[in-house]
Amino acid sequence: MSRIKLSLSTCTLALIWALPQAAWADELRGGGKLLLTNGISSLEGASGGSLTPWAVIAGNETKDGIGVSAHATVAEVKSYDFQSAGFSIGLFDRVELSYSHHNFNMNEIGAALGLGADYAFKQHIFGAKLKLAGDLVFGDPMMPAIVIGAQYKNSDNDAVVGAMGAKDTKGIDYYVSASKLFLSHSILASATLRATKANQIGLLGFGGDRNSSYSLQAEGSLAWQLSRRFAIGGEYRTKPNNLGVAREDDWFDLFGTYAFNKHLTAAVGYADMGSIASVGEQRGVLFSLQASY
Amino acid sequence: MSMIAIALLLQSASPPPYAMPGEEPVEAYEVRPENAGAKPFEGDAMAKAFGGQDGIRRVVNRLIDLNSNDPVIGEIFVTEDRVRFRRTLFEHMCYLLNAGCIYTGMDMRSAHKNMGIQQADMNRMVENLQSAMDAEGIRFHAQNRLLAKLATMRKDVVER
Ligand code: HEM
Repeated sequence: MSRIKLSLSTCTLALIWALPQAAWADELRGGGKLLLTNGISSLEGASGGSLTPWAVIAGNETKDGIGVSAHATVAEVKSYDFQSAGFSIGLFDRVELSYSHHNFNMNEIGAALGLGADYAFKQHIFGAKLKLAGDLVFGDPMMPAIVIGAQYKNSDNDAVVGAMGAKDTKGIDYYVSASKLFLSHSILASATLRATKANQIGLLGFGGDRNSSYSLQAEGSLAWQLSRRFAIGGEYRTKPNNLGVAREDDWFDLFGTYAFNKHLTAAVGYADMGSIASVGEQRGVLFSLQASY
Repeated sequence: MSMIAIALLLQSASPPPYAMPGEEPVEAYEVRPENAGAKPFEGDAMAKAFGGQDGIRRVVNRLIDLNSNDPVIGEIFVTEDRVRFRRTLFEHMCYLLNAGCIYTGMDMRSAHKNMGIQQADMNRMVENLQSAMDAEGIRFHAQNRLLAKLATMRKDVVER
């Protein structure tokens, strides 16, 4: 684990150092993105909506600079508390590297399942995203921005997720996203296809007794921009159902997001996460803050 | 019809755009509707949303003031011919909004060549335009419909 962390951060540092040296003789230029056009940090760290990545790159930079962002998210659903925190680096509005840590607290359910009260599932997620083509806002109005991405996820709960039937404690999701802000309708639409083995996005390990191989999942967001600062929307995310002991449902949410300024964006949502770790009807509120430069 | 009458008629139909009184001379170019870089809106809904030519003129004047005094992009505008720019930018917006104008300025690529405009400058200009439209009380949705047209012109404005 720590070796991977180390080599990834070395890699990140090397990239940050090398890219401008190699490609840009000119001065780097910080900032410059339009409000809300870097989205917010999704649960897994990739910039986008709350539940799913968009084809945008984190940070406030344009193609002439480097940007960063940090986020903290809490979801309070019926039985559980879910916290996610992390940071991202955006390089030239083209490459995004992110890290996100999850803490999924079982509260009393932990005791009921024999794991102990306040037992928490934790995982680390390292993400990388590359913009291939297009633009969210500018250019051909029918040509979306398109990205590909990968998320390396590593569970901290090896023994427990193994006992629940997960085949693995780490895994990699691969996804492709296309997003466009249809300015003439003030509507942002985004679609993602994800290949994943993750159970509950990786909190309960990867693969299981019912299915141990990759499956293709669809995710989508629709947001309506009401002002420069404020947008409302909804998201839907299909999920695999690999574990016999813990049925897994699709997720959806309704959210509002508000940019206080270029550096601070908040999102509030209502999320329905269905059944998690064998306890159903996990609905509740989602709150997220993001700082970006 | 005498030759003089024809010449006069031609002149009043299309005055040389680079010879308006009070403006600095510019290199000759052909005046064409395509120079505007996009087709105008149909109907008069957008013209109305912007308060007709008077509203559009106020938006353009405010935009020009914001741009010229802007800490980020102000520098790019120091050499502009303010008299011409106020006229051609007004014509441009008025034409696109179908508020009864002909655009007589240059095409977008020629108008912005060698200015070294970067994406961040473009976004800054958009923000200034949004502020100018806000100040005029133009509905957000109508603002975005205009921005949608301008968004397609980026390739001619921003240098790669
Ligand atoms: C899609 C966005 C834009 C549109 C539709 C637009 C439109 C125009 C128009 C109609 C003209 C007048 C051309 C003429 O007089 O023949 C012009 C000139 C000019 N534009 Fe833009 N422009 C855009 C973006 C920008 C940006 C981002 C900048 C700089 C930050 C900029 C800086 C200038 C300058 C300096 C001039 C020349 C003024 C002069 O010397 O007369 N423009 N633009």
